[in-house]
Amino acid sequence: MTAGTQRHSPFEIQIISNIMTSDITMPFYQAITEDVNALSAQVSPAQDELQCIRREALDRFSALGLPTLKTEAWRYTNIQRFLKEYPYELLTAAATVPASVTEKAAIPQLDCYRIVLVNGHLQADISELPAGKGITIGALSAHTQAPGFVNWFNKQPHLSGESLAALNTALFADGLYIELAANAVIDKPVHIVNVYTSGTHAFIQPRHLWVLNRNAAATVIESTIHPDTNTVAFANSVLETVIEENAELWHYNIQQGNENFREVHTTAAQQHANSRYHHFNFTLPGTPFTRNNLSVALNGSYTETNLNGLYIADKSQHVDNHTYMDHIMPNCNSNELYKGVLLDSANGVFTGRILVHQEAQKTNAFQQNNNLLLGNKADINSQPQLEIYADDVKCSHGFTAGQFSEESMFYLRSRGIGEDAAKALMVNAFSHDITNEVKIPALQHYLQEQIAAIMNN
Amino acid sequence: MLTIKNLHAEVEGKQILKGINLEIGKGEMHAIMGPNGSGKSSLASVLAGRENYTVTEGEVWFNGKNLLDMSPEDRAREGVFLAFQYPVEIPGVSNLNFLKTALNEIRTYKGLPALEGREFLKLTKEKQQLVDFNANLMNRSLNEGFSGGEKKRNEIFQLAMLDPQLAILDETDSGLDIDALRIVSNGVNKLRDAEKSFVVITHYQRLLEYIVPDFVHVLYNGRIIKTGTKELALELEERGYDWLKEELHLKESV
Ligand SMILES: Nc1ncnc2c1ncn2[C@@H]1O[C@H](COP(=O)(O)OP(=O)(O)OP(=O)(O)O)[C@@H](O)[C@H]1O
Ligand SMILES: [Mg+2]
Repeated sequence: MTAGTQRHSPFEIQIISNIMTSDITMPFYQAITEDVNALSAQVSPAQDELQCIRREALDRFSALGLPTLKTEAWRYTNIQRFLKEYPYELLTAAATVPASVTEKAAIPQLDCYRIVLVNGHLQADISELPAGKGITIGALSAHTQAPGFVNWFNKQPHLSGESLAALNTALFADGLYIELAANAVIDKPVHIVNVYTSGTHAFIQPRHLWVLNRNAAATVIESTIHPDTNTVAFANSVLETVIEENAELWHYNIQQGNENFREVHTTAAQQHANSRYHHFNFTLPGTPFTRNNLSVALNGSYTETNLNGLYIADKSQHVDNHTYMDHIMPNCNSNELYKGVLLDSANGVFTGRILVHQEAQKTNAFQQNNNLLLGNKADINSQPQLEIYADDVKCSHGFTAGQFSEESMFYLRSRGIGEDAAKALMVNAFSHDITNEVKIPALQHYLQEQIAAIMNN
Repeated sequence: MLTIKNLHAEVEGKQILKGINLEIGKGEMHAIMGPNGSGKSSLASVLAGRENYTVTEGEVWFNGKNLLDMSPEDRAREGVFLAFQYPVEIPGVSNLNFLKTALNEIRTYKGLPALEGREFLKLTKEKQQLVDFNANLMNRSLNEGFSGGEKKRNEIFQLAMLDPQLAILDETDSGLDIDALRIVSNGVNKLRDAEKSFVVITHYQRLLEYIVPDFVHVLYNGRIIKTGTKELALELEERGYDWLKEELHLKESV
């Protein structure tokens, strides 16, 4: 292929056709560990800026290699074990699903714009895109010339050290691009249903970029559906968000796959002066392996950041939340609360890194991680990592792991409530600190119902 | 209805109840008084099935069934209710949801159909009025941020909702203002009937002016050392417990 034919169709076609013509017949794990050259064939020689970015990322990936248990950020999560489980093939081609597949993710009574992404590709015929002045939303592949893309794509410094993010940059297929011009507001929540489906075991890499310019505001809810019963999908998705001056983003991510799904989910956000970012992550039982990387860089002052996480895991589920609050500028507030309920032999990992730079005076940074260890073999590894180089700051962190309060259990049981029902009530109560912060009543109700259903079965 | 025979119980290796004997018949109102730390709440806890108490000796029969064999929830379902001296706060569990769950678990146990939303709300309204329970508290988290008096009223409100056969009220009067005391007592009196029995634990004779007991027992050092009628409460109010303790020591030294 020549450069000339690629210009108008920036990368999608190019990558897909490369894949079709090249021969990655070997499993993906082997390709990424033993023969990066096989992957290299996927990225054509540098022709445009994006191809340069991809090539650089692939080089970086091969230099970094896959994380091992010796990689500091992956000490408690053996990613290679999960990558080796099945002979995944790199999947970049678009696919479509009938609308009925997405029904499972519907949130009753929620008035929203529903957008369906299948393996990262926008399926327009069953999506409703918000329209309006200053709202640009669509496939990432169709917006590589948009100002937000040109200015912000692959610009998050936090991504550069993460090899799986580099792999995504090198070989991603497509994702959702949102750009809100200054003062633009999306009037209803955007509900993205991420569908992962494939006829073979697949390694799928969606890539999203959301840019909210000055004074813009949006609420985005993400759900995940994996309908396949005979094949396993491994998603390695990356989302970059940019929240410009005085803009506000509410982002809810609901992870509720099934046993044939595994996920590394990377969100890198950057905030500018006076902006507000509210991130919610709900990991519910289903997916055996989930790793969430969440990082926020504060590039302006007087920002507000709320990171809320709730993970409820059962069986031998492994849920790893790796968070990083980067306080670069002074006078910013961040508040992080992650709560976990670990049933059966579920395994939780939480890392909360807070870096307060020397210039970031008057920082308030709070972090809390509370866990209910309800399974006999359940466990949690929780590590706060506070690095504070400024002297006039308020920072705190806390960690708890325990069972239900006996007093509370006795009170409920003394009213005739059986042990299981009492536990369900208590788990709902434990989750309340998080669910109560969900400001959309239909979503709040939906989540509470999901939690109750998990505990009652 | 309830027969307690030679009940001994310990907590954390410490003997607290040292041979309690008590017989409570249908429709009776019993008051239990006694100095701090004598074991009144412990007795209530053992009857309700609190798990950190170990019964080391004795028996408790409730309507012909061995109460000590039952889980706390089954005791409640069989008709035993304890109004706690210190009701716990459970943030995140709504009062309403809690009550509905409790009521329906009890109904299921009895083979009755669960109460639907409307019937449940109707019952709630009716019982709220009985104890003048502030309806705004219904949607709040269970006891969270309730004032001392509100918590106590909530206990009696729950009692009214769950309609047990035997209600044990552990110092429900403490923390209530004068009006609340009257309202709560009136509520209890309205709930009284020939089938229901009450055990009221209190430090104050004043409550017993509103809720007139058939029997008054004095618990001291893990035993019931005296039983009388409502006049005994008056005497205690006047004289304190020392004379009883002395009487006891005299008896024991013989
Ligand atoms: N968990 C426990 N561990 C150790 N001792 C306990 C425990 N619970 C109760 N006790 C002891 O048992 C004794 C009886 O306590 P209880 O609460 O039954 O007294 P009470 O008669 O209700 O007193 P009050 O009038 O102050 O309410 C006290 O000495 C108390 O300290
Ligand atoms: Mg007491």
